[in-house]
Amino acid sequence: MTAALEIDQVSHNFGAVQALKDVSLTVPQGGFTALLGVNGAGKTTLFSLITRLYNNRSGVIRVAGHDLRRQPSQALARLGVVFQSRAMDADLTIRQNLIYHASLHGIPGRLARPRIDEVLAQVDLADRADARITALSGGQSRRAEIARALIHRPELLLLDEATVGLDVKSRAEVLALTRRLIADHGVSALWATHIMDEIAPDDDLVILHRGQVLRHGPAAQIAGPDGLTRAFLDMTGVAA
Amino acid sequence: MIHPTASARGWLTAFLGIARRETQRFVNQRGRFLAALVRPLVWLFIFAAGFRAVLGLSISPPYQTYVLYEVYVTPGLVAMIQLFNGMQSSLSMVYDRETGAMRTLLVSPFPRWFLLGSKLIAGVIVSIIQVFTFLAIAWFWGIRPPAWGYVAVIPALILSGLMLGAMGLFLSSAIRQLENFAGVMNFVIFPMFFASSALYPLWRMRESSPLLHDICLFNPFTHAVELIRFALYLQMNWTALAVVLGCLAAFFGAAVFMYDPQKGLWARRKGGPA
Repeated sequence: MTAALEIDQVSHNFGAVQALKDVSLTVPQGGFTALLGVNGAGKTTLFSLITRLYNNRSGVIRVAGHDLRRQPSQALARLGVVFQSRAMDADLTIRQNLIYHASLHGIPGRLARPRIDEVLAQVDLADRADARITALSGGQSRRAEIARALIHRPELLLLDEATVGLDVKSRAEVLALTRRLIADHGVSALWATHIMDEIAPDDDLVILHRGQVLRHGPAAQIAGPDGLTRAFLDMTGVAA
Repeated sequence: MIHPTASARGWLTAFLGIARRETQRFVNQRGRFLAALVRPLVWLFIFAAGFRAVLGLSISPPYQTYVLYEVYVTPGLVAMIQLFNGMQSSLSMVYDRETGAMRTLLVSPFPRWFLLGSKLIAGVIVSIIQVFTFLAIAWFWGIRPPAWGYVAVIPALILSGLMLGAMGLFLSSAIRQLENFAGVMNFVIFPMFFASSALYPLWRMRESSPLLHDICLFNPFTHAVELIRFALYLQMNWTALAVVLGCLAAFFGAAVFMYDPQKGLWARRKGGPA
């Protein structure tokens, strides 16, 4: 079966600074892969390469089997992205934003409207469809971003620190929602985070540090007997 | 999955979506519409009235007779609306980049030249709405070009709007923060507007300073003004058309280059395009 995402030997530099070095990882179809790393580990750079915001000059990135460099349209059509910061237009309502985003994927209004009702129900925002983005709470805003990322029915969701800035309750809701989408709809997800609590023992876990993959495997196995936090600190040498 | 770029309908949907968003933002920002209208009207009602007394104009194409200064300056003010609209688009691109909204556009499966081109055309549609509102008010002020001139000017407005919008797009790729926009106002908009034939005919400029005349002649905005002026009076200025088309191609090509992750400056910047 084709993986939802394959990253093979990808490196990236910003001038003399090496942000990523020979990164390789795979997100299986219908799987939840957590990408754990401290701030500055290279998570956002990696996401920018996968979404083609940056040019990938070395290595290969494939989304559902489509090479991002050779078939960018096919690859991007299969991606849903939740960025670290807000990406929706604050001047518009949730519905207007979703119609706009659907159109950016070639989905006309008559097909988009029922989909909008569907995804807003999935993220529990059906009653806020006509609210402006500025009127939403932090948690609602994140859920609206997830709805936006789902509107074109992507095969892979990329979530770049999707819970950043949220309170504990909203964080748990957004994480539970993502896990539910995977279980119910077969979407795959790459979840970038620096918060250990968001990783479950049976998650597929990638530890990224200073632009390199240190470990990739089941979270429980990486955590070992002392727990994930201890294992992470030992691996990275980051002070507790 | 049906691929969105596989059918003409998908491309049309994407274009209409971008155009609708630009119009919705324009409608939501009523202040922007008023500002775009008040600016040229102040020039027409106050500045032009004052200058009429001191600035004599001889008969020069496309005019067949002596014209009032208000008549002369109207095409320049029309182009000014488009210049400011183009810069407004540039500002909105920088704003979108700062707020993150730009990323949703750039991760679309459609190619960037198409996304940027759609944004450009949407901006031109908005500017033409502003221009015709201005021309309607100017009609009551006695500025009455031939009736068919209102039709003939549309292609000229499309081309000049595209050129000025493409220039705005290109500038937006070079502006890193909203705060830098004041610099664009001082170093791009004002020099372009004042060093052009919008307010004074070029022959007048030559009388006072041959150097300034030459600068005005090389200013693409001069040619946008002349293209509009001639079209409004049912004539064609071929030189202006050629310059506007050439500058449109150059500015749009440069903007697409700058926004392309494979080639442009974004790829080399820490912080990236969004």
